[in-house]
Amino acid sequence: MGSLELAGWIAVGIVLCALAIPWFLWGNSTVVAGLPVWLWWHVGWMGLASVVFRQFARRAWGLGIGIEPGPDPSPSSNSGPESERTSKPKPADAELESERRGEPP
Amino acid sequence: MTLPAQLGIVVGYLVLALLIGLSAYRLTERTAADFYLASRTLGTVVLLFTTFATLLSAFTFFAGPNIAYHEGPEWILVMGLMDGIIFAILWYAIGYKQWLLGQQYDYVTLGEMLGDRFGSGLLRGIIAAVSLLWLFPYVMLQQVGAGTALETLTDGAIPYWAGAGLITAFMILYVVLAGMRGIAWTDTLQGAFMLVATWIAMLWLLTVVGGPTSATAALETEAAAHVALGSDHYTPQWMLSRALVIGFGVAMFPQVNQRFFAAGSRTVLKRSFALWPILCVLLFVPSFMIGAWAHGLDVTVPADGNVFPIVLTEFTPGWFAALVIAGAMAAMMSSSDSMLLSGSSYFTRDLYRPLAEFSSRDVSDRREDLLARIGVVVFATAAFLVSLVNPATLFELGDAAFSGFAQLALPVLAALYWRRTTRAGIGAGILLSQAFYLLSHFATVVPGTYAGWSAGVVGMALGLAATVAVSLVTTPAAAERRALYFDRNETGAE
Repeated sequence: MGSLELAGWIAVGIVLCALAIPWFLWGNSTVVAGLPVWLWWHVGWMGLASVVFRQFARRAWGLGIGIEPGPDPSPSSNSGPESERTSKPKPADAELESERRGEPP
Repeated sequence: MTLPAQLGIVVGYLVLALLIGLSAYRLTERTAADFYLASRTLGTVVLLFTTFATLLSAFTFFAGPNIAYHEGPEWILVMGLMDGIIFAILWYAIGYKQWLLGQQYDYVTLGEMLGDRFGSGLLRGIIAAVSLLWLFPYVMLQQVGAGTALETLTDGAIPYWAGAGLITAFMILYVVLAGMRGIAWTDTLQGAFMLVATWIAMLWLLTVVGGPTSATAALETEAAAHVALGSDHYTPQWMLSRALVIGFGVAMFPQVNQRFFAAGSRTVLKRSFALWPILCVLLFVPSFMIGAWAHGLDVTVPADGNVFPIVLTEFTPGWFAALVIAGAMAAMMSSSDSMLLSGSSYFTRDLYRPLAEFSSRDVSDRREDLLARIGVVVFATAAFLVSLVNPATLFELGDAAFSGFAQLALPVLAALYWRRTTRAGIGAGILLSQAFYLLSHFATVVPGTYAGWSAGVVGMALGLAATVAVSLVTTPAAAERRALYFDRNETGAE
């Protein structure tokens, strides 16, 4: 299921790239409302891309990344110089803080 | 617009930026991770705009509209594809994975992340050295751009060396004090300002000339080919080459790549990802259409002149033109200060520190923080001094920087997603593609285009092929730690 879903999203990504430039309008110089029609296509396509990206972020974020965003492997064993960096998270970020420290929900 | 008023606007802006830097300084912890990455706490708006403002280089306001003026507005499509879609996809594929790894293992630079995985300080050093090779001349170009713009704005009252020197000094002061947090804050201000200003400029122009319909009609009368999609200049191969090379190059530019580590949370990355295409359209459509329309509007642009400021001066009030030009210069500075910071981190962490540790000297956190700031001063001063000598080779390197960085992208992607990638494989991929691309620029035996495709794209393909081929015939070195990048029991995605 996972790999099928991944293949589907990759196909979507390729289509998004492939038609950002409307190749089928090559040489076309029709002007609609003051802008070339190919530019309108592009503007619309970028809007569509944003919607698709948002859907991906909602439904499939993490797909294909290959590592679990899960628990930190004991921070002490790879203590970089910054291991005490998160000493004072801002209040607004506090709940996100627990998310990114990989604590179980 | 009088000279003092123009200067007042420019200096006023610089002082404002410095004040923001100072307020960020008060929040700063004295650690390298805070200096470089604002302790990995950037929120959606700030991360989005700081990455965005970093892309707002001289190109968006000067070179880009010039191309639209001379060749037509098709560049908008290239920019949309590369920045809005290709880069957004890499934002996920490279950025999110880097962010996860950075969270777990405290990585600050790309070289550090790869060096750890492949158990190789040499690889780490090579990635830093290659990045600095392309970054240094690019920073220099931005200084040259800002110095020249200041000279033009003041009609030569501030000579180039003084303008570039002033801006360099300001950048040093600013970056050394503010670090990533201050840069991110001013970037946000600048990005928002330039976005709004560009729209006002376009609407102003359109109001004066009677709306987009008459502006485009005038363009059609003057140069009908500019309205039609494609031309001898904009061939499909050329457009795709640019989009691929720049899109992948952006993701490897140190100041952009490092921002992948700086996000405050997963939610921040998700939101920014979905907003990219919209932001690109919002910026590039007005700035490039101003350039394109100018062609039909009897605007005389000298051979080496910039369209954008000329249109502003002709169609909008003087104070507004000066304000926007100051903003555009500031945008160039914002690219440069981010680059200085990242360049310094690559140098101190990936080149200096491993060498210091090798000679068994301990580099404390405080000391690295200090070294990082010294690194900024050295990097900026060197770029400024070299720019005074006007070296042709460096100019060429700076112009080719995007393609140069793009050569890194595919070997890095292979390392992130293909388990069989070996140290020898990624090393070969990076070195071969860099050598090929450099030779295509400096040696006549290696051509610059291949059936319309640029050497940058061909080099990327070569780099990927070399990474895969060498990985297949070599075995992982003992020090490699593949498990860092992959789940042990990976059976596919969740």
